Amino acid sequence: MLIATPQSMHFEAPLALQSGASIRAYDLSYETYGTLNADKSNAVLICHALNASHHVAGVYLDDAGAVKQRSEGWWDTMIGPGKPVDTNRFFVMGVNNLGSCFGSTGPLQVNPATGEIYGADFPVVTVQDWVNAQARLLDALGIQTLAAVMGGSLGGMQALSWTLQYPSRVRHAVVVASAPNLTAENIAFNEVARRAIVTDPDFHGGHYARHGVLPKRGLRIARMIGHITYLSDDVMNEKFGRKLRSGQDVKFSTQEVEFEIESYLRYQGDKFAEYFDANTYLLITRALDYFDPASAFGGDLSAALAKATAKFLLVSFTTDWRFSPARSREIVKALLDNQRDLSYAEIDAPHGHDAFLLEDARYTGVVRSYFQSKVAV
Amino acid sequence: MNAALEKRTLPSPDAMSIARLVPHGSRVLDLGCGQGELLAYLIKERGCSGYGVEIDDANVQACVARGVNVIQLNLDEGLAVFGDATFDVVLQIDTLQHLRNAEVMLRETARVGRLGIVAFPNFGHWPNRLAVLRGRMPVTKVLPYQWYDTPNIRVGTLQDFEALALQNQLEILDQFGLQDGREIRFWPNARASRAVFKFRGRQARP
Repeated sequence: MLIATPQSMHFEAPLALQSGASIRAYDLSYETYGTLNADKSNAVLICHALNASHHVAGVYLDDAGAVKQRSEGWWDTMIGPGKPVDTNRFFVMGVNNLGSCFGSTGPLQVNPATGEIYGADFPVVTVQDWVNAQARLLDALGIQTLAAVMGGSLGGMQALSWTLQYPSRVRHAVVVASAPNLTAENIAFNEVARRAIVTDPDFHGGHYARHGVLPKRGLRIARMIGHITYLSDDVMNEKFGRKLRSGQDVKFSTQEVEFEIESYLRYQGDKFAEYFDANTYLLITRALDYFDPASAFGGDLSAALAKATAKFLLVSFTTDWRFSPARSREIVKALLDNQRDLSYAEIDAPHGHDAFLLEDARYTGVVRSYFQSKVAV
Repeated sequence: MNAALEKRTLPSPDAMSIARLVPHGSRVLDLGCGQGELLAYLIKERGCSGYGVEIDDANVQACVARGVNVIQLNLDEGLAVFGDATFDVVLQIDTLQHLRNAEVMLRETARVGRLGIVAFPNFGHWPNRLAVLRGRMPVTKVLPYQWYDTPNIRVGTLQDFEALALQNQLEILDQFGLQDGREIRFWPNARASRAVFKFRGRQARP
């Protein structure tokens, strides 16, 4: 069993951000699995999506040395000893991004400039900023070149951005269930989630910590909306259908939970509001909205990706409507236009966007084959 | 469409005969590339590069495992991800007969490639004609399925393809039959189980 140990690295030099602001000094939480080889050529960086963290794989031990229940990393199905991304072979790293709420410097921490909790004062960070911060961590670990950078959804955007910001430092990019930018509909979902948060009476302009409260109602609703978009209609119908919470009869109530799906969404919302930070939700959804490497090239993605020299594996899922196969195919087309080495798998999975976190033999099989045949050094 | 099964029915001598038509160092697009054997051979032995296109999950994984670039697409949805004249050679080996719209794919082939090479089971081969004369659809090494379960939704002859190529303003550069890896140039429509065409799109017309 893979035992994970969170680590942290402090960076004293300020990080200039895309917005023009900078972060004076910061910490990054990260985990590593496997062993870095002598020539430091087997490093694989895993980039996380909206609500995940540096805890990618393995389990945690409690103080008594026993395995903590349900402490598996968020991509434990994909990464570990003997798994598709095999930690017996690769040195795999997970990094918590700046602005997140799992140990890396973010809105929950004290702003050294004011001595107060950042809250809404935490600067807006972008995918490019995250990649720059990750690159500094690699510098500190003495890793010049990544064997691969890999991520799903927003994590896939970071992987793609790596190939543009540091083309010579990436041999392979594995981009799963991702997109070259968000569509208007996708930004719209993010905006509804943000409005739910900022209109929560406990939000206080993002400085809820000063008032000793948390905007949990807003976070719950944000998560409920997100969850709907991560699933497919089919899966939702199969899992919940029109099942009632209390057996056969409706209660003729407008406010009580009637349908199973309501109960499920409320449960997911409650769970999320307990551990996630509202300002982080705003920051990360904004990073999603802003990502658009083609914008500097008049919308020409092929021109934007001309810089990328990495080899690519792209994967999408047919029922994913939040990051649909059509969006992955845009990246495929742009890479083909540049005659890059790439493979693309379009997995006919029923689970919607969530599929990228689930086990499916066709999906994990193609990732495994790619790492064995192409990434292996 | 189960290209995986069909692909194994392409005898390797036939594949080798087709490989010889691909110029050294070509940029190749192999439509319906199966498990990527031919593309891997062209890359290794003839200094080619390029991509395979496949619909079948197991075949896609096999290509990746072989280290061959593969794009998972349904060819019936066209080749929109590929730009005009971006390949030296576009191969369609035992692929055409699976497509709902083989004519569109033929035009697409001429659009993305400077040279198209198509191979398909020749329904005009004499054992097939004989079977039909006897009143039954043929079941042979090249067409191994029963009429009710065949993935070969198009069957045609050398002469049929020639007519289709002309109708689409394609210039046929070479055509012949293949029988057990041997080129058949005399009366191929009756004597060969597989038809091979080499063609290109004609220059824009006035």
